[in-house]
Amino acid sequence: MSTSVEGRGARTIVIDPVTRIEGHGKVTICLNEDGTIARTRFHIVEFRGFERFILGKPYRQVPLIVERLCGICPVSHHLCAAKALDVTVGADRLTATAEKVRRLMHYGQIVQSHALHYFYLASPDLLFGFDAPVAKRSIVGIIAEYPEIAKWAIQIRKYGQEVIKATGGKKVHPTSAVPGGVTQNLSVERRDALRKDIDQIIAWSAEALALYTRFFRADAQRHAEFGTVASNYVSLVRSDGAMDLYDGGLRAIDADGRKIFDGLTPIEYTAHVAEEVRPWTYLKFPYLRAVGRERGWYRVGPLAQINCCDFIDTPIAERARQEFVGQGHGRPVHLTLAYHWARLINMIHAAEKIKDLLYDDALQGTDLVTSGTRRAEGAAWVEAPRGTLYHHYRVDDRGQVASANLIVATTNNNEAMNRSVARVAQDYLSGREITDALLNHIEVAIRAYDPCLSCATHALGQMPLIVTLQAPDGAELARRTRA
Amino acid sequence: MPECAGDTAPNGGSPERADGHGARILVLGYGNPGREDDGLGPAAAEAIEGLRLPGVRTHVNVQLSVEDAADAAEQDWVLFVDAAQSGPEPFQARPVFSGGETAYTSHALSPERLLGICEQVYGRQPRALLVGVRGYAVGVEEELTARARENLDEALRYLRAVITRAAGLGAISRRRPDRSSLVRIPGVAARAGEYL
Repeated sequence: MSTSVEGRGARTIVIDPVTRIEGHGKVTICLNEDGTIARTRFHIVEFRGFERFILGKPYRQVPLIVERLCGICPVSHHLCAAKALDVTVGADRLTATAEKVRRLMHYGQIVQSHALHYFYLASPDLLFGFDAPVAKRSIVGIIAEYPEIAKWAIQIRKYGQEVIKATGGKKVHPTSAVPGGVTQNLSVERRDALRKDIDQIIAWSAEALALYTRFFRADAQRHAEFGTVASNYVSLVRSDGAMDLYDGGLRAIDADGRKIFDGLTPIEYTAHVAEEVRPWTYLKFPYLRAVGRERGWYRVGPLAQINCCDFIDTPIAERARQEFVGQGHGRPVHLTLAYHWARLINMIHAAEKIKDLLYDDALQGTDLVTSGTRRAEGAAWVEAPRGTLYHHYRVDDRGQVASANLIVATTNNNEAMNRSVARVAQDYLSGREITDALLNHIEVAIRAYDPCLSCATHALGQMPLIVTLQAPDGAELARRTRA
Repeated sequence: MPECAGDTAPNGGSPERADGHGARILVLGYGNPGREDDGLGPAAAEAIEGLRLPGVRTHVNVQLSVEDAADAAEQDWVLFVDAAQSGPEPFQARPVFSGGETAYTSHALSPERLLGICEQVYGRQPRALLVGVRGYAVGVEEELTARARENLDEALRYLRAVITRAAGLGAISRRRPDRSSLVRIPGVAARAGEYL
């Protein structure tokens, strides 16, 4: 972390990199001469380029390539690519075994990723306080002072990784999802090994949630205000209204919970969601066309997943959801820190779904791949751990990728993260001494959404990056443009 | 890097030996197989896996992670195998004890810190050796260089000797192993050096 002061009159404070965010982000706070905040921006300073360099690659390689976007949620990219390419090979309905193997892998990913996000990256803030020394607020500090919680963290994440390995062949970058199905089922030996521990994983996850809600109640005022912004929400929802993290129709609701659209199919996505480009960041700003550019921004991820659904189809998570939605008093829950609360509910839900699947004999089936009439275009989505992930491909007659568009959760949350960062900066930085502890409040706000920025930046060459220093009167002090 | 203990293996005369139970041994090879000789650790673990030795588990990872502590804590012995960027050929070995700092991002973990997590979270730590196999190139290739492959063969002979010796000891009951539990294996070169 570094702090710099630049310019004449206006001082620019730069936090770069944001610690405990995987990848790099940059926050710029432009101050007025009197020390108040003129402007706050959350920048993305990496670019991704995946959409460009998979062009011309055989489509069957795509699920294996795009998962390299991210070390935290590779499974989401692996599965989303496979789902989109199912469409191109005409696999309109997967075999029961393939569908359930993929779902099991996805729930394993949710468990391991949420465990990482909550326990490793976010819980230090809650356990030690936002103002605790940076060196203490890490998984190292948790291990040293809260070994029992560290054990939950390690064992829950490890279990999720084992589910991924059992269904995908590898813990981090699985290989089993292919266009039209999967290359392996779940062996009886692996199923039995996973069955042994799943009840304990559910129990630990529930204990973690109980601990979180105690934190919340002990500091309810701060949770209510910290980085909180009222917003629209977008998430996948099953046709009966249940939360579905793997598939379903897209639902958007407004800040009062009224539906903006519902039951959207993937191919309709771009007709309803537009992306705005701003010159100071690689990350685009999506918005709902029906609401417009100014007010159409929205949030995705665990908070949206729970705000958008009508119910959760697993018992422990559903009870937790009912308590959660009570915080909204009839409206969606807009508390930014409640992302963690929602994240833990979803971790429980995923663990419960894993248990259900481990007792489903379809996972030992041998009919793994299906196909039909080839199509030139395919689109699909999943609810990745950070929120809605969308892949869209065109494949030419030679079976090579002709175009690709990946809209990731971090992109969907871009405007929301900027607003939460601005809110925190206004609440905690204006007119005060700039300290590490104060700056960390901004990081806490970002971490509520996302520990992962590396996958969210767009194709090399498509977007300019302009760095500008401005005086309080708007005069440009310096500019640097990267095309 | 701690002091080198030279060529090491379990001490057959150790009072910690628990008769009647076979030793649990984990060979944890780490490195990136996509970067030429950085794949020496995974190659060693996979070669040991192919031997299907009783009581021996293997695990391959790009780098050590916090979750590896859960597996390591269940073992009597953990043999870390990494590629060595410099230092003696064909390999070097040293005992490892808990300690060290965890990298702040939690992305990279040292064997010492991993053992520390075993102790802090699970209340026990295994005995451990770190074997650094000398490598020469880390380009974007999936093949080991010929010289690294020769070093790997030597390291595998050493690992088999260590495993045979450790397996003969049975389970370990003592909570914290220390240097007294290690002895030299004659004729095997192993010195301290830098690790990838």
